[in-house]
Order: sequence, then structure tokens, then C-alpha cells
Amino acid sequence: MDARRESEPTPMKSRTSVERKSERELVVTRTFNSPARIVFEAWTKPELLKRWWAPKSTGVSLLSCEADVRVGGNYRFVFGHGASEPMAFHGRYLEVTPHSRLEGGDGGAVTTVTFEEKGGKTLLVMHELHPSKEALDGAIAGMEDGMGETFEQLDELLVTLVASVGRS
Amino acid sequence: MVQYSIAHLDASFAALSAATRRGVLQQLGRADASITDLAEKFHMTLTGMKKHVSVLEQAGLVNTEKVGRVRTCKLGLRRLEEEAAWIERYRQLWDARFDELDKVVEELKREEKIDGRKKRE
Repeated sequence: MDARRESEPTPMKSRTSVERKSERELVVTRTFNSPARIVFEAWTKPELLKRWWAPKSTGVSLLSCEADVRVGGNYRFVFGHGASEPMAFHGRYLEVTPHSRLEGGDGGAVTTVTFEEKGGKTLLVMHELHPSKEALDGAIAGMEDGMGETFEQLDELLVTLVASVGRS
Repeated sequence: MVQYSIAHLDASFAALSAATRRGVLQQLGRADASITDLAEKFHMTLTGMKKHVSVLEQAGLVNTEKVGRVRTCKLGLRRLEEEAAWIERYRQLWDARFDELDKVVEELKREEKIDGRKKRE
């Protein structure tokens, strides 16, 4: 291990980490300087979700957002991107533990979000479990399509991402 | 840039379906080799080996480079590189979302403080 590198402060840019934990798992993490119940609220109230899920830099706008946050409740997000047809992704909440855990899916990939509070901060972990290695490879390959360096193409990432989440 | 898609994955699996091509990958895992070397090693004609290498190349499993009259083959890293690039883009997407989420969270915290003060008054 490189001890020197470990002791360096984490740069602002890498506050969010994404790791392919295994052939079927992808894990996204971020720490928020806030109690878990507040992060959970912002994650689950549609009117708040709308404000952060489609950041301006992606060029995608959230046209509608429904989230019935209880076990068996449905979520449905509809996205617009320029003049192209709006796309929706949807699923069902499989587990809801207020302020600490959410699980959802649509029969394919299962996404689990945990909110772990420590000393007034919240570690958010979003864990995606895909049905097979091929499914995650495919999601990655599908989203890679037509990608390049420009922001316009970064926009496409979100559209493709949303489409593939909806499909899976 | 080469398009990387489901069709591309199919190409990878198809490329790996022949024993000779799996052998070529194993061989290249040990050392880079020219098509002539590979043809000799696998007791094949140059044309036959060229076809196998071309299938592997199209699947992104092998890269070739021609220097002078010799075409050298090496293991293709594109797949791993592309996955790393995709993960970085996915990270940037979530980073942008979380930056916005941070703003919402900060606002909720401020509102809570104000409400708390009001209740105490």
C-alpha cells in the first residue's frame, strides 16, 4: 500500500466514488454533511428529487417524477432530452426503512440505497445488483455507445442510462 | 472510435468460440507475436491465421500493428479501458447529481434550523 497517497486529502472532485465490486455489482458512494433523515427526505420526496436528479450539465430535464415510497409502491421518472421522445424509467420499491434503507427494482437489476449516519454526516451507498455478469457488461457496453468527449455526448449517456435502467 | 455495443459483446463471444483463437489469446498473453509466428505455432497457413486474428481484432481482444512487413499482434486492452472510462463517466454523472443533492440537503438543514428556532420562541 502507498501510505503517502492514503494520507493526502481527498480532492473535491472525487467525493463520489464508483466501483465495480464484482461481476454483477456496481457501488456508488458519497458522504453528505447532514443527518440521514434529511438526505433520505431529499432522496424520496418527488418535489425535492426533481431538483437534483437531472443536473443542468447533462442537458436532460425531468418532466415528471412519481415516487410512492412504501413497500410495493411504484416509482416512475420521465425524462426529456431536446426534441427527442421522452423516456421513462420505472420500478417498484421492495424495501423501505425510513432514514436508512431503500431497495427497488423492476424484475432485473435491484438497487439498494443505504443512508448511514455517523457524527452528523451521512454515508450514502447505492448498490446495484445486476442479474448476471452479462447484464452489467451489457449495461456498460450499451451506455458506451456513441460516447465521446463532448458534453453533448455526455447528455446521451444519461438518456442511454435511463433507457437501459428502464429496460433491465 | 469503435462502437462498443451488445453486438460487440456478441463478437467477443463468437471470437472465443474457436479453440485456435483461444489458443492465440493464451499465446499472446505470454508474449506479442507476429502473424507468421502464430501461423507456425498453430500449424496453419498465413491466410488462415490472418482470418483468426482479424476476428479477434474485430472483437477488441487483439490489437495489431504493422511495422515494415511484419504485423505484430498483442492482447487488446480496449475492453478494460472502455469499462474504466465508462465507470469514470458514470461517476461524473452521479457526482453532478450529488452536488445538486447537496444544495437541496443544505437548504433543508437551514429550514429545519429556522423552524426549530420558531418552535422554541
